[in-house]
Amino acid sequence: MTVDAPRANLPPLSLHVPEPRFRPGDEADFSDLVVPPAGAARRPDTAEPADRFHELAYGLVRVLDDAGNAVGPWDPRLDAEAKRKMLRSMALTRAFDERMFRAQRQGKTSFYMKSTGEEAVSVAAALAMAGDDMCFPSYRQQGILITRGYPLVEMMNQIYSNRGDPLQGRQLPIMYSSKETGFFSISGNLATQYPQAVGWAMASAARGDTRIAATWCGEGSTAEGDFHSALTFATVYRAPVIFNVVNNQWAISSFSGFAGAEATTFAARAIGYGIAGLRVDGNDALAVYAATQWAAERARTNQGPTLIEHFTYRAEGHSTSDDPSAYRSAGEPNAWPLGDPIRRLKDHLIGLGEWDEERHAAMDLELAETVKRAQKEAEKNGILGHGMHQPFETMFEGVFEEMPWHLKEQSDQMIAERKAAGI
Amino acid sequence: MSAAPRMNMIQAINSAMDVMMERDDQVVVMGEDVGYFGGVFRATAGLQAKYGKTRAFDTPITEIGIIGVAIGMGAYGLRPVPEIQFADYIYPALDQLVSEAARLRYRSNGDFTAPITVRSPYGGGIFGGQTHSQSPEGIFTHVSGIKTVIPSTPYDAKGLLIAAIEDNDPVLFLEPKRIYNGPFDGHYDRPAKNWTAHPASEVPTGYYRVELGKAATVREGEAVTILCYGTMVHVVAATIEELGVDAEIIDLRTLVPLDIEAIEASVKKTGRCMIVHEATRTSGFGAELSALVQERCFYHLEAPIARVTGFDTPYPHSLEWAYFPGPVRIREALNKLLKD
Ligand SMILES: Cc1ncc(C[n+]2csc(CCOP(=O)(O)OP(=O)(O)O)c2C)c(N)n1
Ligand SMILES: [Mg+2]
Repeated sequence: MTVDAPRANLPPLSLHVPEPRFRPGDEADFSDLVVPPAGAARRPDTAEPADRFHELAYGLVRVLDDAGNAVGPWDPRLDAEAKRKMLRSMALTRAFDERMFRAQRQGKTSFYMKSTGEEAVSVAAALAMAGDDMCFPSYRQQGILITRGYPLVEMMNQIYSNRGDPLQGRQLPIMYSSKETGFFSISGNLATQYPQAVGWAMASAARGDTRIAATWCGEGSTAEGDFHSALTFATVYRAPVIFNVVNNQWAISSFSGFAGAEATTFAARAIGYGIAGLRVDGNDALAVYAATQWAAERARTNQGPTLIEHFTYRAEGHSTSDDPSAYRSAGEPNAWPLGDPIRRLKDHLIGLGEWDEERHAAMDLELAETVKRAQKEAEKNGILGHGMHQPFETMFEGVFEEMPWHLKEQSDQMIAERKAAGI
Repeated sequence: MSAAPRMNMIQAINSAMDVMMERDDQVVVMGEDVGYFGGVFRATAGLQAKYGKTRAFDTPITEIGIIGVAIGMGAYGLRPVPEIQFADYIYPALDQLVSEAARLRYRSNGDFTAPITVRSPYGGGIFGGQTHSQSPEGIFTHVSGIKTVIPSTPYDAKGLLIAAIEDNDPVLFLEPKRIYNGPFDGHYDRPAKNWTAHPASEVPTGYYRVELGKAATVREGEAVTILCYGTMVHVVAATIEELGVDAEIIDLRTLVPLDIEAIEASVKKTGRCMIVHEATRTSGFGAELSALVQERCFYHLEAPIARVTGFDTPYPHSLEWAYFPGPVRIREALNKLLKD
């Protein structure tokens, strides 16, 4: 495009469009990625004002070092039993994902999303919070439900939209909801849960409760207006809320540069709003636990919100509808230097003499069996597309508390039409 | 001249953008995943490789940002074609569309305009659940200042999209995703068809326009006029064929501005009118159509106007095929309408 430029002596402007470092065919090489050593980050007192530790929004809180030792001030010093529980929940989440992904491929449901490689982000956070704290997750935190002991069969019933589905087949698979488990109904629209979490937290504070809220979204979703509205409300009212940004570096085909990662970190978003920001190794379950525990303590002592960026990597496709080989280097998942959260915690426990390969293999086998058994049980209630699992008039229920005349009429009409048609 | 190549709807839409980017270097395409990857439905595939990153680019995931930025680019003089990945995700962009794009020409007295074409896949039939299935056209037809276009074939999709991009007003271009790969007769339990056997899959590779504001008569008939658009054109046509009813099927193609003359002439001829859309019923576009027909054709009507629409519920996942206004519902409504 040519422009009649009155100031033609100035150099022409140019538009910067971000580009990821590796595309299909490229060899992924993260050797120049600066990974701060484990144990190096300072752990401020939870009463310290947020503007005293800006460096934590640019660094990386890490507990597990390369040899698998837990080091530094952020080590949450959990006992071996608690660590084994963490390991088990992560492994169960992975086993569940494997099985349900396969179920979708077998045509038993329409859709599935795995959280492979990101299990620590939900599992360790759920363990660091109180069981009755309220979670406003995105679609990739099934680990919270699993950690809190929500029945696998119920999750699968939802995935199959079958007769046992607690949501009556109304929602896309994996869009769970369980108030009892402190797990807010998942929306298909990104980042809407962020301000909702703030509202819940504000209400809890206004009522003199002791419970806090936490919310999760992907790094890509931080671009949505809801994210920024949430941070503004949270800082204004010092809401007792934990914001988790799961930076798995990809948003479908768009790398994190399209959410602003070329210029700064996601944790640094907190600084502009005057709230506490931490950047954490998201594949280090102990670091995620410690950061969440710290943020929860701040929230519970009226120090206000914390934003935690979990630096991790989306090891697999976005969903069953996605093939990442079309847009990123096939070698990326393996080249990613921060490893796998399950393997890292496992190595740590083995190093402590509290775990071994045989027990791990036995656990994996047992969890696979557990998931298989749950699946059998769930499939007794039907799978998607094989018959109508809910009476069709249930479609009209639950739009409002009481059904208005027009829905009643539409329901009656539908019944009459189907009868006339002989179905 | 050799026959035009066969295209499915995605290829035709892709071709429209390709042709327009070639002809006019002010045309840019943008949206979530549209650049390198070429869109989650592949509608923009190849455009970045051909025209470069400053003309076909990925955007941050913020729909209000995408539309606001498109308006700003339009104010500079570009002709942006933003994509909203699913019509269900257009709601976060509502303020920029309704208060800004649709109002800019009027409030600045033509000083600024918003020559943007917002493309978005819409509609159900793919087991997409609540947030990958909705038909929000009625929200936008209700807003003065924005045109709404919905194609039903590859040929129309390309010609209408070219006309939309060339239009100096904001156009919402809704793409019925269920028929991206082939026409759909409403029988979800039968094997899916592709476009190859359909005459409107012959799509010229070059430039041509299908004018906005002009309906198409898909089938001429005497017994009843059926007004429809998008996926429902095919569901209606197949159902009529099965029933052997001599219906006149009008594919509206553009909802705003509406081809009122075509509607009026047809209803006055047949004396009966049925409206079919996937969108929910209350305040849906069918309500507007019904009012217009009643106002203009009242003395020609031999029966009350019938509407077959989505029910007034959120789009269900497992009960998709009970919800979808398919052949059974169209047939039952038609039997009643013809008896009256
Ligand atoms: C409002 C809205 N816009 C777009 C989408 C489509 N979409 C679904 S997931 C996704 C990518 C999100 O990436 P990120 O936030 O990084 O989360 P991740 O999938 O990596 O966990 C997009 C664009 C949506 N669901 N909602
Ligand atoms: Mg992501």
